Amino acid sequence: MKLWRKSFDAAQVATKPAQVYIDEQRCKGCGYCVEYCPREVLKMSSELSPRGYYLAVVDDDSKCLACGFCEIVCPEFAVKVSTDNAQ
Amino acid sequence: MAENQSLVGEFFLSGDVACAEGAISAGCRFFAGYPITPATEIAERMSTRLPQVEGIFVQMEDELASMAAVLGASWAGTKAMTATSGPGFSLMMENLGLGIMLETPCVLVNIQRGDPSTGLPTMVGQGDMMQARWGSHGSYEIIALAPSSPQDIFDLTILAFDLSEKYRVPVVIMSDEAVGHMSEKVVIPYVAPESLVDRRHPRVSPEEYLPYKPDADLVPPMAVAGQGYRFHVTGLTHDERGYPVMTVEAQDRLVRRLVDKIRVNKSDIIRYREVQVEDADIIVCAYGITARIAQMAVKMARDEGIRAGLLQLITVWPFAEERIRELSQQARAFVVPEINYGQIVLEVERCAGDRARAVLVPHMGGEVHSPDTILQAIREES
Amino acid sequence: MTGDLNMENQSIEKYLRQDRLPHIWCAGCGIGLAVYCFLTAIDRAGIDPDEIALVSGIGCTGRVAGYVRLDSFHTTHGRAIPFATGLKLGNQKLNVVVFSGDGDLAAIGGNHLIHAARRNIDMTVICVNNFNYGMTGGQVGPTTPLEARTTTSRYGCFEPPFNLPYLLSASGASYVARWTAIHLRQLERAIAEAIIKPGFSFIEVICPCPPIYGRMNKEPNGLDSMHYYQEKSIIRNGADPRETAIELNGPIVVGKFVDKKCPTLWDHLRQVSDRAKERAKAKA
Repeated sequence: MKLWRKSFDAAQVATKPAQVYIDEQRCKGCGYCVEYCPREVLKMSSELSPRGYYLAVVDDDSKCLACGFCEIVCPEFAVKVSTDNAQ
Repeated sequence: MAENQSLVGEFFLSGDVACAEGAISAGCRFFAGYPITPATEIAERMSTRLPQVEGIFVQMEDELASMAAVLGASWAGTKAMTATSGPGFSLMMENLGLGIMLETPCVLVNIQRGDPSTGLPTMVGQGDMMQARWGSHGSYEIIALAPSSPQDIFDLTILAFDLSEKYRVPVVIMSDEAVGHMSEKVVIPYVAPESLVDRRHPRVSPEEYLPYKPDADLVPPMAVAGQGYRFHVTGLTHDERGYPVMTVEAQDRLVRRLVDKIRVNKSDIIRYREVQVEDADIIVCAYGITARIAQMAVKMARDEGIRAGLLQLITVWPFAEERIRELSQQARAFVVPEINYGQIVLEVERCAGDRARAVLVPHMGGEVHSPDTILQAIREES
Repeated sequence: MTGDLNMENQSIEKYLRQDRLPHIWCAGCGIGLAVYCFLTAIDRAGIDPDEIALVSGIGCTGRVAGYVRLDSFHTTHGRAIPFATGLKLGNQKLNVVVFSGDGDLAAIGGNHLIHAARRNIDMTVICVNNFNYGMTGGQVGPTTPLEARTTTSRYGCFEPPFNLPYLLSASGASYVARWTAIHLRQLERAIAEAIIKPGFSFIEVICPCPPIYGRMNKEPNGLDSMHYYQEKSIIRNGADPRETAIELNGPIVVGKFVDKKCPTLWDHLRQVSDRAKERAKAKA
């Protein structure tokens, strides 16, 4: 679900860098986070996980706005969005 | 009235009312029930008395809800009770099983009436005795007490609460319509709150607490909701953490402990009353209202020269197996009068083996035995 | 309640029993979403987790009690509400929440549902509605739409379903809302409102059940259900609950339908209790 709007102050205000973490043990590949990310930060992996799922993985989190929707729309509690700037 | 608002003194009360007062003296502060003859008066009395003692009475929409609410209140830390009769007892079975599985202290009173089905709502019966033991699905042990008078039901209600708190098990009071609806003198002593048994509280911090880790007597300490223990309990087979663990090993451990915690403590739980049993050839084994008539029959038999005695079961479950086995060495026969077509007699027969006969004196229900009927059976065995 | 997520303090993990995860719900199942909204709601509303008691029944949604790090009770089928009633009346300080499914609450538990609403007892009931009995393989339930396929209605369901908001509103609940699994921000706010509000609150959450109900009713992927909710739900806060019935593949009216102030069970009970004590004193 691509976000097609651009905010008026996009040029002046930078969003904080954010990272998305997806727990491989919990993800069951339902695809909600990938579908509903407004910036297409995530994608489905093409490799099967050891538990037999196609996991959601981070494609490019430089686009991430830290809206947090992927975290809240994950039924597995598998996604965490952080602006902590951890490595 | 005492400062905790229980009655103190001598009163002329019906069995139902005496039961309610026993609960109040025992510290019961929650009652959830549904009207059913002949137990309705317990609910009515509790509805008037509980608000006077800062307790809560609620009439639920059915017996299933009543039993569930009693469990909930117990898990909130309040001593809780419900009362019913045969049809309601059947409805409560599933949640009684939940109470056993969760190890919830609570008291369930069954004022038995003519059975099966709707039966004789206003007349005496004793037809639910086996159901008290086996009514819910699965392997478990339960404690059931059988009072035989209003004074008795008052005393045994307090005992029921104490046993349920001590062993974290629902205790059933198997009374009957005759006791429930008769009025007699009841002496209500002052019952000091310190003398009552309360569930054992956890001795460790919430981080270390395991809801089903038992102490040496096989009973785990119990935390209740709102104390910060953040426990999880479930009716599914569970391990000591309280989490559902559906394996053969967990089932074995759990079911054995639920049963053994009653069995290993039998000497504390089983109570009976004996009259002239020491030299008896014929022992009348009875419970509830029938025990009083049986006592008369025993006296009449003695007057005729028959060496008869009375074994009155106060705790019906767990059954007094050892005592019956012992007595079967000396007695020739057990005469078992009951207001049903043979329930406790089966237990007597099982325990007496081929050392003594077990003779049923049944009454289908609707009235109590006459002493003559029991006397006749005693005569035939002597 | 909504607005930008505060990343620094956000951690729902402390409310989860991490040793029990990953949970047993299917990929795409909406129950996890309802739970996440619930935990976020209690966190943001500042509700003391030690005072929350969560009760669930039997079924997929009934498993919620096992995954949250709160005092939680997994009880018998349909009887979560009376159990919760006992909890609340046994200790009024407890914040009691019932989390259960459409079959557990509205079929076997239907009687208890309407009586608790009638009493307006202070508790919050979150009903996850996936239109079938999921745990046992997808049988018809009291909310299954007419003509829907389930394992016990292979030719199409022939019973009209409950309109839960209508049922609850008519029974006397003081807060009734319905949201779907896609309306996560609104759901979180509704749950927080419902828990804080005194009285009986009921929130219906329409959720996907992809491998079972979904597969039998042309929504084989969770995303199919989510798209359906997106396209066909209509937000109508304050709508008349009579007009919120759901037909198969039809529009889903969501929103907050009832939010009224009326005395709770405790208000009435306290009056009666005071009266009882006065009379006892007068007699003595």
